[in-house]
Amino acid sequence: MIRKVRSHITQNEALIFEESSPGKSGYQLPPLDVPAVDAAAALGKQNVRDEIDGFPEISEVETIRHFTRLSTWNYAIDLGLYPLGSCTMKYNPRVNEFVARLDGLAWAHPYQPESLSQGALQVIADLEAAMLEITGMDAVTLQPAAGAHGEFTGILLVRALLECRGNPRKRILVPDSAHGTNPATAAMAGYAVQNIKSNEQGLMDVEALASVVDEDVAALMVTNPNTLGVFEENIVHCAQILHDKGAMVYMDGANMNALVGLARPGDFGVDVMHLNLHKTFSTPHGGGGPGGGPVAVKKWLEPFLPIPRLARKNDAWHLDYDRPRSIGRVRAFYGNFGVLVRALAYILAHGGNGLRNATLDALLNANYIRHKLAPYFDLPYTSPNMHEVVFSDERQAKRGVKTGDVAKRLIDYGFHPYTVSFPTIVHGAIMIEPTETESLRELDAFIESMISIAKEIEADPKMVLGAPYDTRTNRVDEVAAARRPVVRWKPERPASKAAD
Amino acid sequence: MRYLPKSDSERHEMLAACGIESLEDLFAHLPKEAQLGRPLDMAPGISEYEIIDFFKARADYNATAYASFLGAGVYRHYRPVLIDTIVSRGEFLTSYTPYQAEISQGTLTAIFEFQTMICQLTGMDVANASMYDGSTAVPEAAMMAVRITGKSKVLVSRVVHPEYREVLRTYAKHQGIPVEEFGYNAASGQIDLEDLESKLDGDTAAVIVQSPNFFGVVENARAAADLAHKRGALLIFVFTEAVSLGILEPPYEADIVAGELQSFAISPSYGGPFAGIIAAKEKYIRQLPGRLVGETVDARGNRAFCLTLSTREQHIRREKATSNICTNQALIALMATVFMTIYGKAGLRELAEQNLAKAHYLSSKIKPRFSGPFFNEFVAATNGTGPDALNQKLLEKKIIGGLPLAKFYPELGNAVVLCATEMTARTHMDTLAEAMSIQ
Amino acid sequence: MSTYPENFRYTKEHEWAHLEGGVATIGITHHAQAELGDIVFVDLPKVGTKLEKGHSLGSVESVKAVSDIYSPLSGEVIEINEGLASAPEQINHDPHGAAWLVKLRVTGDDEIKKLMAASEYQEYVGAES
Repeated sequence: MIRKVRSHITQNEALIFEESSPGKSGYQLPPLDVPAVDAAAALGKQNVRDEIDGFPEISEVETIRHFTRLSTWNYAIDLGLYPLGSCTMKYNPRVNEFVARLDGLAWAHPYQPESLSQGALQVIADLEAAMLEITGMDAVTLQPAAGAHGEFTGILLVRALLECRGNPRKRILVPDSAHGTNPATAAMAGYAVQNIKSNEQGLMDVEALASVVDEDVAALMVTNPNTLGVFEENIVHCAQILHDKGAMVYMDGANMNALVGLARPGDFGVDVMHLNLHKTFSTPHGGGGPGGGPVAVKKWLEPFLPIPRLARKNDAWHLDYDRPRSIGRVRAFYGNFGVLVRALAYILAHGGNGLRNATLDALLNANYIRHKLAPYFDLPYTSPNMHEVVFSDERQAKRGVKTGDVAKRLIDYGFHPYTVSFPTIVHGAIMIEPTETESLRELDAFIESMISIAKEIEADPKMVLGAPYDTRTNRVDEVAAARRPVVRWKPERPASKAAD
Repeated sequence: MRYLPKSDSERHEMLAACGIESLEDLFAHLPKEAQLGRPLDMAPGISEYEIIDFFKARADYNATAYASFLGAGVYRHYRPVLIDTIVSRGEFLTSYTPYQAEISQGTLTAIFEFQTMICQLTGMDVANASMYDGSTAVPEAAMMAVRITGKSKVLVSRVVHPEYREVLRTYAKHQGIPVEEFGYNAASGQIDLEDLESKLDGDTAAVIVQSPNFFGVVENARAAADLAHKRGALLIFVFTEAVSLGILEPPYEADIVAGELQSFAISPSYGGPFAGIIAAKEKYIRQLPGRLVGETVDARGNRAFCLTLSTREQHIRREKATSNICTNQALIALMATVFMTIYGKAGLRELAEQNLAKAHYLSSKIKPRFSGPFFNEFVAATNGTGPDALNQKLLEKKIIGGLPLAKFYPELGNAVVLCATEMTARTHMDTLAEAMSIQ
Repeated sequence: MSTYPENFRYTKEHEWAHLEGGVATIGITHHAQAELGDIVFVDLPKVGTKLEKGHSLGSVESVKAVSDIYSPLSGEVIEINEGLASAPEQINHDPHGAAWLVKLRVTGDDEIKKLMAASEYQEYVGAES
């Protein structure tokens, strides 16, 4: 008997607009302690809107039921293993949520006087110090809102330094195993992208790299461990090749969960990198955000970091805007402060040794899955893996079942699918990252499920192709959605002005 | 460690299953020069109780129990209790981006509702699933206008939030998008239409205006749109105070709307995380950056939702994507969705009217510097010793005064921008007015 | 099997061209549509655009992929298939007929000879798959 996590309560629930009816409401404001104002007189008649067509009219109890019902249609880490490769879906400690909501932090206004913001600035200072020790870099900005935003910031820093040296250069090198954000970022920063083929071990090819690095190359963007979960063993040598030509090494820190406490990018040749607080440092994904994408740099890039920079003056923290070589602002205010609070709480809970132990458990879990599933799934690259393992669907595809189908069947076993079809260098990739916060019991249940699916594919591939069977919603018609996009609700009867 | 669900004997069992002797062997293959080879120089882990104490100490070190007249892009509005109740549900809090539609219908449906409400609110046809914040939504909207028009220049009003303009410049610099500013009318505080007209040319892709603008003044966006459209440019309408849309005419004349939803139950949180939006006319849907949820059906014919038009995005189009943006702000957007649901049609209007009333009560005691109509913020001049001395004096009365404008507008060196919301008490406004009058 | 019309010429990037009196009709091949799967969107150039052989003339999209279309010939766009905007699925149903993409007034008249004949293309896609 396979142990399953089941969460698919199938209550019906209409859209909030369809639940609404005129005259219902879920709010009550206190009485005004000042005279009311005639809007048309104060704002001008032409500036005052009609009522908002179609906006909800619904009570408090219906509101909570509506969103609670919707929530039951989601899978979540709180329900079970969430093995998305490169996404690091680990447990989100609840004390982090609690402390982020403390009044003095949650209600701090970004423009309140620095003298009344020392607590918030201290949080930023504490997290900066932790990031530097973990990465081995010299300076860090916590401002970028997410990983891709961090990448953009980081590449602008490279550009600023090279410009300062006289030539911003033209190209960014990106291995073919990279995340799609890397080439998109390079393009946004005004660079052409050159793809570098991986070698047979799925690693950067030192000779291939050496042959393309010239004085037009601004940087290499590398993920380490790479998207196969394999540590780039030649990273020090590769960095040397770039540095010899005056180019930089940018590290995408998406897979930093494999390295914390074991190895530091600052020690293996990286000039600039970003971290994903919502991956490595457990801040909740929240269905797709918010995130946090700190960018850590070596000292030669420090003068270019975005404004403002945290600085110390007269025994107090302050925000320094007088940074003439800075790339400027990358967002308003000082970053996703609430996310920074959560990340710091996570780091404090672990401490230095605890972080290292967490990394070791992440490696152990991935290797355990690799050993248990290797007899059933093809392993295209056999280099030692770190925190994630990438199989392919080669054996299953012969029976007409592809990685996406295995993933959908996994849903029936009560798990979220692994990452499908990525990295693109593996045909039919099955990319599994368990993270350290999974128990042996949960891992075994997942492994049993994967083995069971492999056997089902041998016995009855057609059945697998129809999965999932147990969900409230089964396979959705993405083609119809894309051909004639409907991206908002509209009332059955066309309303007056606002509808068109 | 309480977050690591394994006993040592289980670890050994797993190592044995892998044929590995010790945990250290798991990374022994890393090049020696890359290995840290020492413990991290950080304190040992602490308990939950100690973590709470740690942050309480820092929270108390910040301003608490102060009344505040700060707005300027971040507003103090009441947060109904239901907001945190709902976003704290693990199914919302601890789920990933809804790529697997079958087990993500909760998030997908909520985002679809969010997109709809943003359209209703702004008068646009389509809205995406949210952006990082308002300040980054503005350059994304500008890049969108450049793609749509095939022109390169962007004209931005000087009364768009100064930090938003700085972000715009950072983004635009390396994409061949010249950014030029146009001024404001010294009497009304609204954009200077003549200056705008003189700077518009055949290469202008977009004109960017904010309303209410950084001075709190409601803009003449329609006139700006007419001028822009005459020269083949798009109008990008920016807002930082979303509650204003409960009462102000939505920007039907705009082509793209870029805004910040912090006012919708998102705590100020020292500047983030917030949620930005981009909404637009229907015909520009394929130029929207970021994630988008669409309606469809499942194999049984039931209504279902999924991420759609993904080919615009970085994970497919790579260097040719509309943006490198990957994450949206789903959980924060959910806060805003619940907020809009609770207040709804009548509530958002009443909330906006209360804000209007409070700010106008304040303006009956403190004269606004500009003559243009305002919502819940306005600029006021200080006398004598200037804004910093005034604010220092107010702190003694446990009041944080308005934002001094000197840093962003040297020509308004003696002025502050004051904000009053439904949470601003009359007594505090009286105290502020008295302090400003005797200064 | 004659999936590929004899009077068309083909490219390695899976476009076809049919030249008649100085005007070439351009489309993507049956093989290309099958590889892409369900087409959901087509991006075509404006009438009057001057195209060079081998340069991108637009793109076709499935749910999870975008494929550039390269012009098999040089010339000026004189007509585009407007119907595809609302019914991109036609490309899956009739790629060599109703779902043509653009018509070009060709400028370089020898270019067509360098493209593959139906039999060559048939062999090419047979070998590729």
